[in-house]
Amino acid sequence: MTSLPTEETMIQATGLTHFYGPQPAIEDVNFSVKRGEILGFLGPNGAGKTTTMRILTGFMPPTEGKVTLGGYDVVDQSLDVRKLVGYLPETVPLYTEMPVTNYLKYMGTLRRMNSKDINRRITEVIELCRLNDYSKTIIGKLSKGYRQRVGIAQAILHEPEVLVMDEPTIGIDPIQVVETRRLIQDLGKQQTVVLSSHILPEVSMVCERVLIIHQGRIVAEDTPDNLAQRLQGVEQLEIEIGGPPREVTSVLSKIDGVVDVNHRHAADKEIYSVKAKEGLDLRDEISRAVVSNGWSLLSMQLTSMSLEDIFLRLTTEEEQIS
Amino acid sequence: MRTTRAVAWKEIQVFFTNPMAYIVALIFLGVTGFFFTLDLGDPFPEASLSNFYQGATIILILLAPALTMRLLAEEQKLGTIELLLTSPVRDWEIILGKYLAAFGFLFVMIALTTYFPLLLFWFAEPDPGPIYSGYIGLILYGSAALSIGILTSTLTSNQIIAFVVAAGILLLMFFIDTRVDAVTGIWATLLSEIGMRSHFNDFERGIIDTKHVVYFLSITALFLFFSIRALESRRWR
Repeated sequence: MTSLPTEETMIQATGLTHFYGPQPAIEDVNFSVKRGEILGFLGPNGAGKTTTMRILTGFMPPTEGKVTLGGYDVVDQSLDVRKLVGYLPETVPLYTEMPVTNYLKYMGTLRRMNSKDINRRITEVIELCRLNDYSKTIIGKLSKGYRQRVGIAQAILHEPEVLVMDEPTIGIDPIQVVETRRLIQDLGKQQTVVLSSHILPEVSMVCERVLIIHQGRIVAEDTPDNLAQRLQGVEQLEIEIGGPPREVTSVLSKIDGVVDVNHRHAADKEIYSVKAKEGLDLRDEISRAVVSNGWSLLSMQLTSMSLEDIFLRLTTEEEQIS
Repeated sequence: MRTTRAVAWKEIQVFFTNPMAYIVALIFLGVTGFFFTLDLGDPFPEASLSNFYQGATIILILLAPALTMRLLAEEQKLGTIELLLTSPVRDWEIILGKYLAAFGFLFVMIALTTYFPLLLFWFAEPDPGPIYSGYIGLILYGSAALSIGILTSTLTSNQIIAFVVAAGILLLMFFIDTRVDAVTGIWATLLSEIGMRSHFNDFERGIIDTKHVVYFLSITALFLFFSIRALESRRWR
């Protein structure tokens, strides 16, 4: 093991890769979560959020890489990990023919709680998730929002140390969304929470730290505030230049306002990614510098893989309460 | 063990609140009743249950898979398998619980037919030996049939596929010894040893041979073992 998790570390993931067929769903995902932290995975649909959650909860193993949860390995000590975790999958899995309390009792027994604790906790979670009027109702007759609450109730029933929630507010009405977020924040005071979302304001509101995941890779990690700042701060250009790479790089770096230059050689092309400061438009300066050195400027464009673009694909607007 | 009991108890409750299980029980009682009365037109009817046993074993080829097809396929369809497999429950506890529930229902169903032998004892003097041994055989055979159904239900999220495949395997295993003439040597031995019907026949005649008991228990254990493995493999796919 390269890095021993400190006492504070609850989840430690290193080099997670998972393939469904030839395409990786996630690739080389690394992150750690401290005890008592609320971590959000933010990414557009299909980014690999659900895959990551499923690996965390031991539902399926990563093709490569390793996760420890509370010091236990998710693959080798799966049973110990599963005792620590409460999980709300994306499609809330409910036995629709069962009444709410029976369902919770069943889930409690599967979590190896004793019957005294089960009864005590059922009363508590029903109160917490505001299911009081529906405790005897058959789950199949509940509306989507209430089913979601039952899903959350089963996830927190056994007071798990780690709570994993995949899109906890998807498909429920705006008032319930607000309530659910408040509930998650409350839970986050005692427990470690990992949740996923494709809604930007949601993670900003609820989470202390955000991982942005795109096409199976983590592309940014920061607090919600810092992410918002970084987003405004930097412009990135992808430029193809015909000329000796080393000199080109040094000339580009000297231009006023350039923060970083990265050179790569791809498909017989010399590509330079240039990061500029504070929303500066350096296209004019760059093209003049290239031409005055006698090199050829073959193409120049704002890069397509910026955080900004990923953010644009996310839902940035909240549904209005109508 | 408590989790196994919880899984079994939950499934038993579903059986008794679900029309499917009642339909299965109804068909079972109807068909076996029909077979039981086959001899009645005969001028010298035989006071035995052998027709009943024939009918029961054949109809179970369809009804055992009908009882088991839902058990794991539905969990996969609804996604509840995700909760089951992320709970601290071992795979064998899940499979065993499901099997016990199905076995419990089958046991009740078979117990409901005991009025046939009671009628025989009331109106005639049947040989009690084959009646007891036949019931033991029927339960052992039913148990093996259920375990095959559990396996196919574990392998798919589609209940119809689970049903058809299990019924097909059962049908083949039941009648395969009739093709024993077509092959020779080891294959002939193999076919006659695999065939379920040949193993059941002795029970019907009043013989409880350890060999046959072991056969049905082994089939049950083997298919439950495969089911556990199949469930485990879900984690690796």
